[in-house]
Amino acid sequence: MVTVGQLLAKTLVRSGYYIVVTQSYHSRIRGGHNTFAIRVGVDEVIAPKEAVDLLVAFDADTVALHRKDLLSQGLVVVDKAMAAGGQALLEVPFEDLSGERFYNIAALGVVGSLLGLEEHLMATAMVDFFGKKKPELVDENRDALAAAVGWVAKEAISGPRLPPVTQVAKRLMMNGNEAIALGALSAGVRFCSFYPMTPSTSICLNLAAQAKRMGLIVEQAEDEIAAINMAIGASFAGAPSMVATSGGGFALMVEGVSLAAMTETPVVVVVAQRPGPATGLPTRTEQGDLELVLHAGHGEFPRAVFAPGTVEDCFHLTRKAFELAERYQGPVFLLTDQFLADSFRALSPFDVEHLAPVHVGAQSPGSGPYERFAVTESGVSPRLLPGASDHLVVADSDEHTEDGHITEDLSVRTQMVEKRLRKGVEMSAETIPPDMEGPENPDLLLISWGSSKGAVQEAASHMRSGGEKLATLHFSQVWPLVPDHFMRSLESAGQVVSIEGNAFGQLARLIRRETGFEITKKVLRYDGLPLTPEYILRALNRS
Amino acid sequence: MRMVTIDDYGQYETAWCPGCGNFSILKAVKQALVASQLKPHEVLFVSGIGQAAKAPHYLNANLFNGLHGRSLPVATGAKLANPKLAVIVESGDGCNYGEGGNHFLAAIRRNIDVTLLVHNNQIYGLTKGQASPTTSEGVVTKAQPAGVASTPFNPMAVAVAMEAGFVARGFSGMTDHLAGLIQEAMAHRGFSLVDILQPCVSFNKVNTFAWYKERCAPLPETHDPTNWEGAMKVSMERGDKIPIGIIYRNHRPPFEAHFSVLADGPLVGRDVDPVMLSDVMSRYG
Repeated sequence: MVTVGQLLAKTLVRSGYYIVVTQSYHSRIRGGHNTFAIRVGVDEVIAPKEAVDLLVAFDADTVALHRKDLLSQGLVVVDKAMAAGGQALLEVPFEDLSGERFYNIAALGVVGSLLGLEEHLMATAMVDFFGKKKPELVDENRDALAAAVGWVAKEAISGPRLPPVTQVAKRLMMNGNEAIALGALSAGVRFCSFYPMTPSTSICLNLAAQAKRMGLIVEQAEDEIAAINMAIGASFAGAPSMVATSGGGFALMVEGVSLAAMTETPVVVVVAQRPGPATGLPTRTEQGDLELVLHAGHGEFPRAVFAPGTVEDCFHLTRKAFELAERYQGPVFLLTDQFLADSFRALSPFDVEHLAPVHVGAQSPGSGPYERFAVTESGVSPRLLPGASDHLVVADSDEHTEDGHITEDLSVRTQMVEKRLRKGVEMSAETIPPDMEGPENPDLLLISWGSSKGAVQEAASHMRSGGEKLATLHFSQVWPLVPDHFMRSLESAGQVVSIEGNAFGQLARLIRRETGFEITKKVLRYDGLPLTPEYILRALNRS
Repeated sequence: MRMVTIDDYGQYETAWCPGCGNFSILKAVKQALVASQLKPHEVLFVSGIGQAAKAPHYLNANLFNGLHGRSLPVATGAKLANPKLAVIVESGDGCNYGEGGNHFLAAIRRNIDVTLLVHNNQIYGLTKGQASPTTSEGVVTKAQPAGVASTPFNPMAVAVAMEAGFVARGFSGMTDHLAGLIQEAMAHRGFSLVDILQPCVSFNKVNTFAWYKERCAPLPETHDPTNWEGAMKVSMERGDKIPIGIIYRNHRPPFEAHFSVLADGPLVGRDVDPVMLSDVMSRYG
């Protein structure tokens, strides 16, 4: 099911269409009720959509569950043998078209043909996918595809055909996790340790697949505590390092976050959120861990938290996370979620040959004996790497003197706290301001952060087209906040609504804590599914 | 080239109790470093929390003094990032066999080229006298007023059973012998463990200096550390005599040897190859 979805998505992208994929699956290895929804457009699409034009159902439950979402001109593609019953059914004689193992590819052929996609593009996508892994399956898959395409032509079936694309641009198909992996590679990641946890795992698998060629080590650790400590060890020795996990795994890493802060060791931490508490809904989505990531780690120290809103953001903000981690020597976070992690999009290739390199370690030690934690005006101390010179590099999780050794001198303690916090002040100066769209002094201001960016913007544009004076304010960096960036927007709006994928309204609470500005109206979603434009419009009584 | 001497490793005031076994262990560690002719900047100590974990602060070398129990993962990451560093983990029995137990097992399985020195005084010293994973059954402490109910962890037996690369036990009261073990452990390519028995003068009133001195006896020259069955038997001996020396060793390839990317040297200071990166990106096209 995922395979046919990915092949169809790939064919759409190569045919020049834009896509937004939403994957919803059960926490099991095979079976369960899983969906792979593709929203497609000639023009850029930015959010998932609930309404369905074309439903391909591999079992009767799927038909029953999703028929309500079908548009009036929509079509349900089923196996003739399924005898699903009901209206708008396209019963495909899969048994006549292919062997059972190739129903998936036959379904791709039927759907692709209905949409007006070219057979050779479907075939190429299939060959790219199976060619390396199972070359023996390519011919039979090709036959199944041809039979399906032929059947649609012969029966002269018309369905929801896509408008043609006039100019096909070269685009990539990537999901959030893939873009994070590519961003990390482009930033020069040299070490990644992880303990598998949905929905973060594929970041590390994408890195592992390129480890040999790109010159990095990806190590599956014995647990998440080991994962973050290994990354800190590798980073201390000079390898730009990252870990990726989800809420529960991150909870185990938390003492390590504090260690990275105290020893001023750069580390990038990706937290791909899923619904909690505890094991929660392991394969669904939520934005419920903002407060966890903001506060994770005992003691007081600076940090930066990025929340990508798009797949492109995943790439660029991962790079930014590495830059900040290395520059300010501490933990930097990337907060995504299952929806974005698994959401394939069509995007323009990144200009990877002209990216600025991320600078690692090796500042000049200055004159006199080297002190790893020398108190400086910016709070950033010269960082040398152990073994790279005669200078000794000493770091301690205990409070330490400028040379890194354990101390209980309380005046040194005060100096060191202040030194660490000064880095946070510097870091604030680099905060990415929230993205404001729409008129000044709007009647309504919709606030969002992270992966719901597209859904909120689309809901907003729908409301604007209905004549409303409305703006959006989207945060792709949620810490440090700089109130000057957004206070005027909040204060000049008639009403402010915070739209979040959690039950507390965690960004709204954060804004109140930092500014005193209370956002009373909230649109919240915490059923495990991503925010959609329809959901937001319903909640605002606009549909 | 100038020879490395004991002075290169310095002499510092410590936070230890007078008579603590740590003093002799620190001396043995310095002796082993000098005998290995390693310069201070070529060595990275990683330690955890406890009185033992403070030891590397009292000599000249690179040091990462991290969290309680988490030294081995830090050491593993550092060694993979820069295999040229001689990496030594130094911490206590609570740190390595208790809080960090899972990492102990994983480090043995990986066979990462790290030397683990465990100061094993069979008690928690810094937190003032609770049972450690190696405290004998029945020993009464304030935290275990009815006596320790769990059986003690046997690090030698576990390490030998898992076919760790190098397994040795030393005694702080036999400093030269201990220095020799540490030197051999450091020369071993792969994971090496030296469990170091030592008294805790403040909190362990059972396993005192005299208690150890009476029992610790070097293994006979006939002991063959490459014989696993024999090593397994020795690792289980703990009665009137406690055997010290190299109990077991093998020559499994170290963990780092499995990473071909390290053939080009440390991971440190490498540039991103834009052509390669472009090729990686094109796979998503």
